[in-house]
Order: sequence, then C-alpha cells, then structure tokens
Amino acid sequence: MSTPYGKLPPSAEYFLLPLVNVVVAFLISGLVVLIAGESPLRAFELLIKGSLGYGEGIGYTLYYATNFIFTGLAVAVAFHCGLFNIGGEGQAYLGGLGVALPCLWLDRFVPWYVTFPLAVAGSAAFGALWALIPGYLQARRGSHVVITTIMFNFIASSLMVYLLVHVLKPVGAMAPQTRSFEAGGQLPTLGFLLRLLGLDPGIAPFNVSFLVALVACFFVWLIVWRTKFGYELRTLGQSAKAARYAGIHEARIIILTMMISGALAGMMALNNVMGEQFSLQLDFVNGAGFVGIAVALMGRSHPVGIIPAAILFGILYQGGAEIAFDMPNISRDMIVVIQGLVILFAGALENMFRPALASAFASFGARASRRATAAGE
Amino acid sequence: MFWPTLLDLLESTVRVSPPLIFAALAGLYSERSGIFDIGLEGKMLSAAFAGGAVAAVAHSAYLGLAAAILVSVALALVHAYASITQRGNQIVSGVAINFIASGATVILGQAWFDQGGRTPQLDAASRFSTIAFPFAADVGKVPVIGPIYDHIISGHFVLTYVAFLMVPFTWWVLYRTRFGLRLRAVGENPGAVDTAGISVAWLRYRAVMCDGVLCGFAGAYLSMAMTSGFVKDMTAGRGYIALAALIFAKWRPVQVMFACLLFGFLDALGIRMQGNALPFIGQVPGQLIQALPYILTVVLLAGFIGKAIPPRAGGQPYVKER
Amino acid sequence: MSDIAIELKGIDKSFGPVHANRNINLAVRKGSIHGIIGENGAGKSTLMSILYGFYHADAGTILVDGEPVAIRDSNAAIAAGIGMVHQHFMLVENFTVLENIILGAEDSQILNAGIARARRTLKELEKEYALEVDPDAIIEELPVGLQQRVEILKALYRGADILILDEPTGVLTPSEADHLFRILDQLKRQGKTIIFITHKLREVMAITDMVSVMRRGEIVATRPTAQTSVEELAELMVGRRVLLRVEKGEGVPGEVKLSVRGLTVKDSRGVTMVDDVSFDVRAGEIVGIAGVAGNGQSELLETVSGIRRAIAGEVVLAGQPVAVTGDVDAGDLRRRGLAHVPEDRHHMGLILAFEENENTILGYQDDPRYLRGALLDIDSIRKDAEAKIAHYDIRPPDCRLKTANFSGGNQQKIVLAREFERDPDVLIIGQPTRGVDVGAIEFIHRRIIEMREAGKAVLLVSVELDEIRALSDRILVMFDGRIVGERGADASEGDLGLLMAGVAGAEQAA
Repeated sequence: MSTPYGKLPPSAEYFLLPLVNVVVAFLISGLVVLIAGESPLRAFELLIKGSLGYGEGIGYTLYYATNFIFTGLAVAVAFHCGLFNIGGEGQAYLGGLGVALPCLWLDRFVPWYVTFPLAVAGSAAFGALWALIPGYLQARRGSHVVITTIMFNFIASSLMVYLLVHVLKPVGAMAPQTRSFEAGGQLPTLGFLLRLLGLDPGIAPFNVSFLVALVACFFVWLIVWRTKFGYELRTLGQSAKAARYAGIHEARIIILTMMISGALAGMMALNNVMGEQFSLQLDFVNGAGFVGIAVALMGRSHPVGIIPAAILFGILYQGGAEIAFDMPNISRDMIVVIQGLVILFAGALENMFRPALASAFASFGARASRRATAAGE
Repeated sequence: MFWPTLLDLLESTVRVSPPLIFAALAGLYSERSGIFDIGLEGKMLSAAFAGGAVAAVAHSAYLGLAAAILVSVALALVHAYASITQRGNQIVSGVAINFIASGATVILGQAWFDQGGRTPQLDAASRFSTIAFPFAADVGKVPVIGPIYDHIISGHFVLTYVAFLMVPFTWWVLYRTRFGLRLRAVGENPGAVDTAGISVAWLRYRAVMCDGVLCGFAGAYLSMAMTSGFVKDMTAGRGYIALAALIFAKWRPVQVMFACLLFGFLDALGIRMQGNALPFIGQVPGQLIQALPYILTVVLLAGFIGKAIPPRAGGQPYVKER
Repeated sequence: MSDIAIELKGIDKSFGPVHANRNINLAVRKGSIHGIIGENGAGKSTLMSILYGFYHADAGTILVDGEPVAIRDSNAAIAAGIGMVHQHFMLVENFTVLENIILGAEDSQILNAGIARARRTLKELEKEYALEVDPDAIIEELPVGLQQRVEILKALYRGADILILDEPTGVLTPSEADHLFRILDQLKRQGKTIIFITHKLREVMAITDMVSVMRRGEIVATRPTAQTSVEELAELMVGRRVLLRVEKGEGVPGEVKLSVRGLTVKDSRGVTMVDDVSFDVRAGEIVGIAGVAGNGQSELLETVSGIRRAIAGEVVLAGQPVAVTGDVDAGDLRRRGLAHVPEDRHHMGLILAFEENENTILGYQDDPRYLRGALLDIDSIRKDAEAKIAHYDIRPPDCRLKTANFSGGNQQKIVLAREFERDPDVLIIGQPTRGVDVGAIEFIHRRIIEMREAGKAVLLVSVELDEIRALSDRILVMFDGRIVGERGADASEGDLGLLMAGVAGAEQAA
C-alpha cells in the first residue's frame, strides 16, 4: 500500500517509522484530552498503570489484544489481495452466532474442550459466510468491497438484534441476549500463565482463545507467504493483469480471500462469547472490527507486526477504561479518537515523517563514515 | 387511504432527503476531481455537532451553520492533505476521519455540556424553522394540487430548499464554468491538466473544500433543522447511503438528486411501515425495515451498477511521470 | 533578436543517484527541425521535461530568443512560447476536441462566451496549418493520428513558436507519419522551430536539419543531418558499431504447432479489435506480425495466450483445440506447452514489488517442481532462479532482490528466462525489446533465433519493423484487426509500410 521514496534501513522501516506515527497520534490525542479539560499527562499515567501496572490489568490487556489480533489478521489478509475489508465488525458479530449455537446445544452435556472446536469452526464459518457475499459481488459484479462490507455491517447489526430479541432470547427474559452457557460453554482462563510470572490475574478474562489467535498468526503467515494460494493472492493484490497472465482465477481468489478474512474476524467472537460473557450479547464486538484496520496498518499487514500492534490497542482499551473511571469527561470514545488518529498516521499519512527520518539516517551515516575515515587516518 | 399515505410519504421524503443530497453532492465534487471520499459520514457528524454546540451557546442557527461548515471544511482539509499532498490511501484517510469524528464529538460534547455526549436541546431561535409559502393553507384546500403545494413544496426548512437548489447549481458549476471543466478534467487525466499549466493539487484542494462546505450543510440540517440538537452518532450511516447514492447516480448531479430522493423515500417508507402489517406479507420485523436501505443498496450495487465507471483518475495520487 | 530560437547552457539534472542530464549544451536555430536521438534512458525525456517546466534543472540556463528565462512551470514555458506534444497524449478522453484545447486557456470563468471565440480561433489555426479536426468530436472516438493533431493544435492555440515532439510516430502508420512530417515542414516554413525526439534513425535522416545524439545523459555529438548517416548515428548512440541485422540461417519449418482460424475479438466497448484472423505457425519458424500499435495485435496476443476471450474463431495448439470463446485459461495453455512473453512487462509479465525469484515462477506456480504439497518449495524456487540468472547473465545476480531494482533490459531477461527455459512448443512474444538497451537487444534477438533453431514455433509481435524484418521467416501485417498481407522475410519496407497503412500491396506475396 505504500510507495517508498526514501531509503530506510529495515529497522527504521518496520519499527521506527510506525513508532513515530503512533507517538504523533498520541500527542494529538493528548491535545483532545486537553481541550476536554483534563490533563494529558495524568491520562497517560492512568493509561499505562491501568493496563500494565498490575496482573489483572495485564490480563485484561491481553484479553483485548486477542480480539485485535483476530480482526487485524482479517484486514491484513484482505489487504494482501488488494481488498479493503471494513466488514470485520459485522463478520465478528455473525461469528458470535457460530460460537453461541454449539454452546447452547452442548454446554450441558460435554466439557469445554469438546464444544470448543465446534465453536471455532462455527465462528469461522459464520464469519466467512458474512464476507462471502461482498466477496462474491466484488469478484463477479465489480461491486466495490468497501461499500458492500460497510453495508453488511449495518445489515448484520439489524439481523443480530432481530435474532437476539425474537429467536435466541430465553422465553420470559428481558435482556436481548442468550441464556448463560454452562460449564461446557465456558473457556478456561490463562491466568495461570500470569501466576507463573508472579502476577495476580484477578478476574481478567484472558483465556485460551489467545492461543488460538497466536496459532492463527502462524497459519496466516504460512498461507500468505508459503503456499501457492498465498502467492496467487499476493500476485492478484499487486496486479490484476499479471494475475490473469499467470492463469490465476481472479474471482476464485477474491472470494476465498474474503472468506478467510471473514473467518478470522468471526473467530474474534470466541474470546468474548465463550471466553468472557459466556453468552451472546448485543453489540459485543464493540468496534473491534475497526480497530483491526488500525492494527493491520500499524503492523504492515504482517503477523509479526500485528501482534505488538494488537497489544498496543489492548493497552489503550484497558488503560482507557481506567481513564474513563477516573476522568468522567474522557469516556471510552477517546479510544475511538486515538484509533482514528492511528489509522490516519499509520495509514494515510504513513509517509509524512519518512523524509525526515531518511535525512536523519543519511546524515547519521555520513557522520559515521566521516568518523570512520578520520579514525582510519 | 392511499392518497393521504402517499402524500405523507412524499412529505417525509422531502424532509429526510436534504442531508443525503448535500452529502452526495459533496462527494460528487471530491470524487469527480479524483479524490475518493468515504469520510462523508464523519464530516456530517462533526458538522452536526459543531452546529448544535454553537447554536446552543450563541442562540443563533446561522452561527451554528457557520460553525458546522467551518468544522467540516477543516476535516476536509485533513483528508485533502493526506490524499493530495501526502499521496496517502484515500479510503484509509476517510475511515480515519469517520472514527475521529465519532469519538471526538462525544467527548467534547460531554466535556462541554455534560449531557452524556449530546448538545443541549435547541430552542426555536437557535434552530431552523419551517417556511410556509404564501397562501399555502388556502391553496391546500384545492384537490390534488393543493396538498402538494401545501405539504410537499411549502412548509420545509430553508436548508431544504437550498439542498434542492444545489442540484442545478452544481450542474451549472460542473458543466458551464471554467472551474467545473478543470475539475472534471483533473479527475480523468491529471497529466492533461498539469501540462496545461494548472495546478493539480490546488484544483483538488478546492474540490475537497467544496465537499467540506456541503457536508457542513448536511450536518447542520441534521442537528438544527430535522432535530433540535446533536445526539451521539446521529448520522446513523447516512454518509454511506449518500455515497451509495452518488455511485448509483454515476456521479452526475441530477441523477444524484433522484437517487437521494429514492433512498429518502425508502427511509420514510421504513419508518411508516413499522408496526403496520403489509398486505399479504403480514407483520414485518422492525429490524428488517431498518436494514432495508442497506440491503437495497447492496442489491443495487450488485445488479444495476456493477461496472459503473468512476472518474478515471479516481483514488490515485497524482505523481509526475518520470 | 538572435537566430537561435532556444539555447541550453550547462543544464544538469539528477534524480537521486541517477544523473539524468549532464552539462547539456544545445542551440536550436529558428525555423529549423532539430532532432534529438538516443536510446531509452539516455535522458531525452528528462531534458524536454525541463524545457517544459515539468522538472527544474539543478544547474544551467535556458535562453529563448537570446533572453534567459526561468521555466518554473508549464505556464512559464507556455509564456516563453514553448509547446510540447507528448508521447502519451495529455488529453481528457471523454472531453471534446474543443474542451481539450481550451483547458487551461479558457478565456473566462463562465465558459459559454469563451467557447465561441475559441471555435473561431481554432478554425483559423486549422486552415493555416492544414490540421483539420472536428471540434466537437470526442477524443476517445478519434483515431490516434487525429488525437495527435489535437495535441499539436493545443500548443499552437497557446501561441507556441517552439514545438517539442516526443516520439511522435510511435503510434502512427507510415502514411500518418508522412502526413505529420508534411505538417512539420509546413510549420517550419511558417517560422516555427521544432525539436523532434526519437529513437528512429530513419526518421531523423528524413526530416531533420540538425541532429544531436544523447548518450547516458550527455550530448555526445551535434551534426547537420545532411552530413551524417544512419550508421554513424547508431554508433554515436551506442558507442560502438551496432549490427542492425542478426545472423540467421535458413529455417526448416516443421509441422503446424499453432493454428488460428477466423479469430474475432471485441474489446470492452464492443469495438472489433481482431477481425476474422487466420494463420499458422510451424515448428522451427518465426512468424512476425507487423503493424502499428493499436491495430489489434495486443488483443490477438492476449487471446491466443488465454488471457482474453474471443467471440468467434478456433485456435488449435499442438493438435488440441483451445476454448478461446469459452473458459480459456492461461495456466492451462502453459501446461500444454505455450509460453508467453507479454508486451507489458511492468504490469503483466512481472510483479515489480516481488523478489526476483518470486517472479521466476509467475505463471508456473502450479509446477510440482516448485511445490511441496500446497506449500511453496522456497529452496527449489531460489535454486531455479539462480540457475536462470546465470544462464541469462542477469545483473545484479541476486535472486532475493526486488525486481523493481533491475534495469529494463534485465527485467526483460527475467521474463525471457522464465518463458524460454520451459522448453515450450509454442512461444508468443510481444514487443521483446521495448525499453531495452541496445546491448541487451542483441542478446534477446539471438535467444529468439535459438528458440527457432531448437524447433519451437514462434509468434512475434512488434511495432519495430526493423525487428520484425530481422527475425521473421514470414511476415504478416495487421491493420484494423485484420491480416492484410503476408510476405516473406525479404519484403521491402515500403511494401510493408503500405500494408501497415491499410493500402493493399501492389506486389504479390513472395
């Protein structure tokens, strides 16, 4: 997605430049905090303390990060094919259905590790299904996938409200959500890992779906860079002409890519539905699909970058909750602002600081070589 | 029973269409010049907030309108800077602006007015009121033509009339002025414009600013005419529907108006149908009606549009060839 | 008042490490046609872009009519009387001729009044310079020759005294080119100064008064045209004697490997681009298709190689029919022994963002040699890439390097190595030496001949008539989507040129 016109060493390209972009995003967010009448420094302090300062905080941070790894991977895979999948929000929502159904069916009869594979398959399938139609329309009708996926987010919202209110809600209950899952529909937490490090995880819902997320990272890497399918995917993303030349079936690749993307987004639901809420709730996705865009951009659409980017946003979410608690004027919407700013700086303005960095490195290099020649004399 | 209902629907259509028309025309300017804009939603939302906030504080609808336009143009300039000067991805930029607007409006609203993210209810002086055309009430008694005059043509906000007037105005700008000629050219072949000695960047900046102004009107209409104050996420996807209307209309001003009227009609129809049974079908779930505009947009995108040809240079940053 | 229309002194321009123009000194007399020749990458276009205000020189001065001018942008160039006719026309396709001409030179904010005036001015210009064109015609519906006239009219409308034409005949038939030369001659007689950039030596000899040769960013020689020759210019361009002909023995054609019958192809606008074309290609022969770009050759290539669908016709490849009107698949054709070197190297033949080894398998990613199950066998791919690099002398010899970092000639070698090393039965090649330096051209031509010696059936499409005549055993000429004539390798350029212009050949087929 970027056209490099300044030469930067890989360390700067993949680490320093994104870091600069994030720092600027934060600085501007600080400005918004200031305009809202609060202290940015104190907000930042709360942010870090709340997310990394204690065991439970870290647990929550990783819990949120799990969501964003999934949605980030979803966006990233589509990006490599030149597709902008903004529909992660809706796909994750439908994924929740794919988790809830096995749980509601089996949770009384079998342990979690029997339900779990079905839930994984279900969430992936439903997410893939929701991405299938936009993918098909792009492949066969040329309908721009950005518009259709946005529309499908709205349609998903309406659909899920309908299902939760009229179909899945237990008779006589008021709240639009499914009944709570029994033990067979509840994922165990990974708190013990934190305890091994001497931290107290408290009630943090950091659960096994995190491991699924990491496995998904590996498989995304494998599929995109080490399989024939991934090669064709990337080729198509670079040039439709070359893809046709190479005998690649454009429609098939687009549809499959969108399905994989949707499946990844759908799996995000595992974390919340089976790992925290133990039920399917209204609006449980709560923006994670869009955060995925920011995560994918920051992480350069590569799993190795997506994981730290996801953790960063986990920090924002968890720390943000802390800020909202202490500073009533700064609600969770602040996170949305930061998200937007990160997308702006890591995505649209990603090259803004490139020339500055490139010249910094150039003068660095010149100075270093001068010192070397001086030393050699 | 049919005629009063239809009348009602048409009146509602005219009432809900202006923000769509403003926003779609806004997108037209930008996209015809080659800059994709999916940030219509964010600009509209920010404008609605700015309008509602300033109108509440200054007790003046027109000051609110001015604020709405200013804020919308400011965001448009951010998009322009990212897309034109920085040659960034235009869709990403639009998405970013939508988020920033979504969050910042609530935060600032809460911080300044402490009402859970909304702006205070506007009194009559601070918002736009409807305008009755001369003799509307009397003419209204004439069968057929009367009600049309009374309810559909007369009795709307001044911004409504502005919205509809913007359509021929935009047509005229696009096809009868130098600016319009150059704007259309730069969206098709920026190289031709550049070699003719015209600044591609400045032309596109101006186009995006026009976009900002019109989104300002759209947002102002939402918070100061259609309702009386800003409420969190009040645009409710209208920016995206406007975008769909623009594409459906193949980027042409008059067609844009018809597309927006159609979608407005569907919106009005949806509200009307809620709770009522349709003949033969029975009760339609409220959520389906809510989703109808989006479903229809997808159907239209899939069936009728498919290969609508956008401005040839759309979405591509202009770089001089080597 | 000097008799030098435009003079450049010490013009220097670099793009990062690339030194595109080095200390250029050039003086062009008023009322003359001055040719600038050089290979791709010699720096001609950069120089002209500086003259037109597109780029700013790093150093040096430009004098117009004896006075120094600062050409900061296109406006300044226009004000100085410089008009440019670009190689790739700077026209808005869906505007009318008139709209294109007035763009940027509109008299007023409101168009109506200015348009009437513009029409009148245009009519006068057209008469004066014999450049008739319908002002209300839509550009994309005009033939290329007329589009170019619009470009020239644009410059004249703005009062250009100095016209720069950048590779103007690339898309013209020989007869359209002749007409252009007559127009240029007329302009010269009216006192206009013309700078003519080309890489076609024969044209330079035909119409210019003076010629300057550029090589690697410098002007290496300036001569009156009458006092030089094609051979001398070629040598100056490249720096050594260049053989314009390739050594080629008599071919012994075998059985028919590719058979095309009644092929008809329409483009996305419904325009018939290939019209009932039939021909055969035998093993061990090179069939060259000559023709000006845009007469259906591209569509023909794409259809025969499986990228595009035809509406009618049959193609038989190595005895088996190809479903050209249905579900044709480039991958399938490859498996059946077809290899394709596409015309568009940058967007079709290669993915510039990929590493070199990743491009080595483009089109052949189904080959079990490169796969281990569903996974790519990276080791095997890289080894294969390295072997090809060695065999084709691709530089730099780094299979992990991003393909964008290779020169045009080396990029083309990557494509050739990939396609040729497959040992295909049928080779389809489009514009093999476009954008390739002269040294690599020889290499590529020799390889193509080798393929023919090895018994391959080669279909060659090129807009360079010299290339077609040097390599082909049989020459087919395409005009307006049809094969209008077939000639032997010894056909004269005049005869071929007439066919290319749609004039039926006076001579019988050889």
